Amino acid sequence: MTAMTSLIMETRGIVKRYGHVTALGGVDFELRDGEVLAVIGDNGAGKSTLVKVLSGAINPDEGEVLLDGQAIHFSSPLDARIRGIETVYQELAVAPALDIASNLYLGRELRRAGPLGRWLRMLDKPKMKREAQRHMDELKFRLPGITHAVEDLSGGQRQGVAVARAAVFARKLVIMDEPTAALGVRETGQVLDLIKAIRDRGLPVILISHNMPNVFEVADRIHVMRLGRRVALTDPKSHSMADVVAIMTGAMPGTDPVPEA
Amino acid sequence: MSTTISAPPSDVKPKRGFGSILQTLARPPIGSLIVLIAFCVIFSIVTNTFLAPSNLSLVVQQSVIVGTLAIGETLVILTAGIDLANGSIAVLGTIIAGRLVNDGYDALGCLVLAIVVCTLVGVVSGTLVSRLKLPPFIVTLGLLGIVTAATRLISQGGAFPVTDDLLSWTGNVFTLGTTPVTYGMVIMLGLYALIWYILTQTAWGRQVYAIGNSPSAARLVGIPVGRRILSVYTFAALLYGLGAWLALGRIPNADPNALQTANLDSITAVVIGGTSLFGGRGNIWGTLIGTLIVGVLRNGLTLVGIDPLWQDLVTGVLVIAAVALDQLSRWRRM
Repeated sequence: MTAMTSLIMETRGIVKRYGHVTALGGVDFELRDGEVLAVIGDNGAGKSTLVKVLSGAINPDEGEVLLDGQAIHFSSPLDARIRGIETVYQELAVAPALDIASNLYLGRELRRAGPLGRWLRMLDKPKMKREAQRHMDELKFRLPGITHAVEDLSGGQRQGVAVARAAVFARKLVIMDEPTAALGVRETGQVLDLIKAIRDRGLPVILISHNMPNVFEVADRIHVMRLGRRVALTDPKSHSMADVVAIMTGAMPGTDPVPEA
Repeated sequence: MSTTISAPPSDVKPKRGFGSILQTLARPPIGSLIVLIAFCVIFSIVTNTFLAPSNLSLVVQQSVIVGTLAIGETLVILTAGIDLANGSIAVLGTIIAGRLVNDGYDALGCLVLAIVVCTLVGVVSGTLVSRLKLPPFIVTLGLLGIVTAATRLISQGGAFPVTDDLLSWTGNVFTLGTTPVTYGMVIMLGLYALIWYILTQTAWGRQVYAIGNSPSAARLVGIPVGRRILSVYTFAALLYGLGAWLALGRIPNADPNALQTANLDSITAVVIGGTSLFGGRGNIWGTLIGTLIVGVLRNGLTLVGIDPLWQDLVTGVLVIAAVALDQLSRWRRM
């Protein structure tokens, strides 16, 4: 397990069973620092179960999760968030009537310094606006203005606000669960650009996606799931899209040794 | 580097013409403010008594109880809920305080107890809505019946005249220039200012809007939605308790049959004030304006000598118009 770059998140032999169904049959997983790692797989391959383990939504029956080389146990998604892991969902997690800056800081509002904040619980709106604008500029995310209501934005921009929020608050990594599934082609492009911008800031991203062209556009490595296991960890430069699909569907053997079921 | 077409600088959907006028009117409290000013102008032209300071003061005095209940109602409606029990909770408060003081207990203690009991009713409704996920309409409809019956049981059918200075203090008058002002008016306006601050300047307020606007998003970003909703119903009921005190000042007689339409009147004020029944959109000053519109209408029509039934008719039209405006502007936003 000596990689060129350090591993931010790692799992070893994760098993998750639901009754007689084994959703995950011993999954190894590794996320390097500063990479976009795509997790792909057919329906029922176990990718969403794996994501739930990584984001703290469920606990595995066996195996361990390591964050920065340390074994950890998430008690809830909030626990994962406290440890610096942010998750973006397919569902738009924005309040349409609130403005962009308010949405960015929703649930994590900044209060004024001094007695105004401490005693009167006063929000620091100017600072939230300023910081929100700065983050959007850094992410090269072009928006009409930070005080526009989110409902004035296109679907891609709305999801962009949720992605930007994850990028701003994540200290370790960002997990994106099908973030573009509900979006059109051009809107998807906006979100993919954001994913690249997040990586360029140095944050690793786990991208769960069905969409092969999207995966090949942004991913540095591809983790292929099949039947509850990782069957390949490949590089989009070394494998073609057709190869990866073949591995995913079982038409071609993967690169990871698969123990007999 | 990127194969995607980058977006043009602005993706904002253009809003012009009729749509933008609609948007402006639907942005509370602009539309309701225009209506209030229009009524004031009309009544000051057709009567020569409407603008007299004592008359304007009377309009506000008559609006104090519903105006205060409507503050709590606004909070509840902002979370996409509804509270049908607010008037009955306030009456319960007046009966508890009125009866106990009549029985010879200390007035301050009785007043505090009455407000605490009102607040506890809010804890019950908030718990049922947030924990058991029961529809607010049903919960507060049930509580309306329960609280009304409890009030009758406590009062044993009778009313309690209030002679205590503390209980009726909110009806005391001082003059500002030539305008008579009651302490109740000052308390109500103070509560509006306080709730404006809480709703617009604190995280709690912003989260209340977010919960009403998109509960799933609020949950996903980690807002404790259930706890916030419980706190909204509790806080609203505390305001109803204060409304009870204001009611005792306005009419110093604790009557179990009072304020029977206050729940619908307060919802009317909230809706005319531009707060959306779908939750997440609204403005507390709009509610004050909505309350005043109803007050001005009643007062003005009486001064002109028009049958007060017209007041109900016009109010009904305004409610439907306000909801239609909200609905239309929602469609345009889709």
